[in-house]
Amino acid sequence: MRKEITQKIGFSLLFLCMAITIFFLAAIIYFVAARGIKIISWEFLLQAPRDGMTKGGVAPAIVGTFYLALGAIVFSLPLGLACAIYLCEYSPKGFIVNIIRISINNLAGVPSVVFGLFGLAIFVKFFGFGISILSGSLSLAILALPIIISAAQEALLAVPQSIREASLALGATKWQTIKKVVLPTALPGILTGVILSIGRVAGETAPILFTAAAFYLKGYPRSIFSEVMALPYHIYALMTEGAHPNEQTAIAYGCSLILLLLVLFVSFVAIVIRQKQRSLSHG
Amino acid sequence: MDKQIRMKAENVDFYYGKTHALKKINMDIYANQVTAIIGPSGCGKSTFIRLLNRMNELIPHSIFSGRVFLDCNNIFSPVVDPVEIRRRIGMVFQKPNPFPKSIFENIAYGLQVNGIKDKSFIEHKVVESLKKAALWAEVEKRLHASALALSGGQQQRLCIARALAVEPEVILFDEPCASLDPISTAKIEELILELKKSYTIVIVTHNMQQAARVSDYTAFFLLGELIEFDKTQNIFTAPKDKRTEAYITGRFG
Repeated sequence: MRKEITQKIGFSLLFLCMAITIFFLAAIIYFVAARGIKIISWEFLLQAPRDGMTKGGVAPAIVGTFYLALGAIVFSLPLGLACAIYLCEYSPKGFIVNIIRISINNLAGVPSVVFGLFGLAIFVKFFGFGISILSGSLSLAILALPIIISAAQEALLAVPQSIREASLALGATKWQTIKKVVLPTALPGILTGVILSIGRVAGETAPILFTAAAFYLKGYPRSIFSEVMALPYHIYALMTEGAHPNEQTAIAYGCSLILLLLVLFVSFVAIVIRQKQRSLSHG
Repeated sequence: MDKQIRMKAENVDFYYGKTHALKKINMDIYANQVTAIIGPSGCGKSTFIRLLNRMNELIPHSIFSGRVFLDCNNIFSPVVDPVEIRRRIGMVFQKPNPFPKSIFENIAYGLQVNGIKDKSFIEHKVVESLKKAALWAEVEKRLHASALALSGGQQQRLCIARALAVEPEVILFDEPCASLDPISTAKIEELILELKKSYTIVIVTHNMQQAARVSDYTAFFLLGELIEFDKTQNIFTAPKDKRTEAYITGRFG
């Protein structure tokens, strides 16, 4: 009897914790959606800001966030994937590789504003890319790297040794084995990493603060060397600058909702791809 | 013993770190015969069979000495490419390990990695290999379904078909029935007896009845040593070594 009671209390506690988590998640979505939905319209989505940020839309910021996130993934995915493949498949196991692994994990813990400062010093100043999409994407790419590397590493380690052996036993080289068997099998896991990092990158403000973002620009960016508006930075700027706090706050909620929906949409697309791949590989 | 020798192990020693896994093994493997390797767990039989196609060198901190010949060529000679050796000496593993791809792709894979691009040739080979592995009738209508949807026994025959497709000369079976039910096991054994007409076969097994049923020669390993090697009939009816006798009569292992 006492055992059963203990068990019930245990389950109830676990349920409570789960419920609290769900509550906060739902609350955030409700809070943002309820306030943001009022301002969202086709005009808001498709037009540029007007009248000192109080009218018009945020289309340039949406486009800017898209460019920045895309740029970040274009740089960090090949680099991160190559790094993970080297660490999992080629590097000799031992002390040095462990140090590298720990360093990569530490990179994930670096505050994002530090990446912003680093980006300013290296990409903006040293390489002379200026305040631009390129500098911003590169700074965001460094932020995304550890997420992609650790997800890819996990995915590669989860590929059973037995199918690697099967491939080698057929006279495949190590590279053929990695390219044709290991990578396709690990793809769903790698995609998860990409999803996570797109979400992170699209929402980051600090790394683009000094490297890419502008509060207001006329028109859309013309090249990767242009400054760019971006949703998270736009929210930040709306709440801290300008002369019309009430209107600006409303727009900020609209931006938050769009950012949320954008991230959800990206995740959804990636999950669909993942499921397809899974059903293919598990019959 | 007047059969042609296909493979030959000469003074083979193998270490995992400090563990001396194989001790001065000398053994012949005859062409178009089934050679069974038996012995208790940890006796080195899997280690030995995985040396025959140079799979063991993938293990870190392993040391090998000695020579292994395939048709008079030392496969461990520095000029020999292990990738080519593994093409010529196929392997079927303890647990069925199909790729998470379609049945067709599983078999086509070995041909593709060996540089064959001709689609009609690949299709022909896939069908031929599935027929040789006695799996064709069961899968002919779903060649493009995932291999993982097959039963364990079917998966193992698929792995055999996959190995056959690259036209090996020798096929190594590392406890191929360890995870299969008796009916699937019977099918694999039947298949092995059929395959020995065209291939040289080495099979590691825990199951002594299986060794007796399928093999022509049997090697008994114990603690990394080859205790006795003879015709299967002799091993099971008149073993020369006391330890062999003790093992086959079930006194240990």
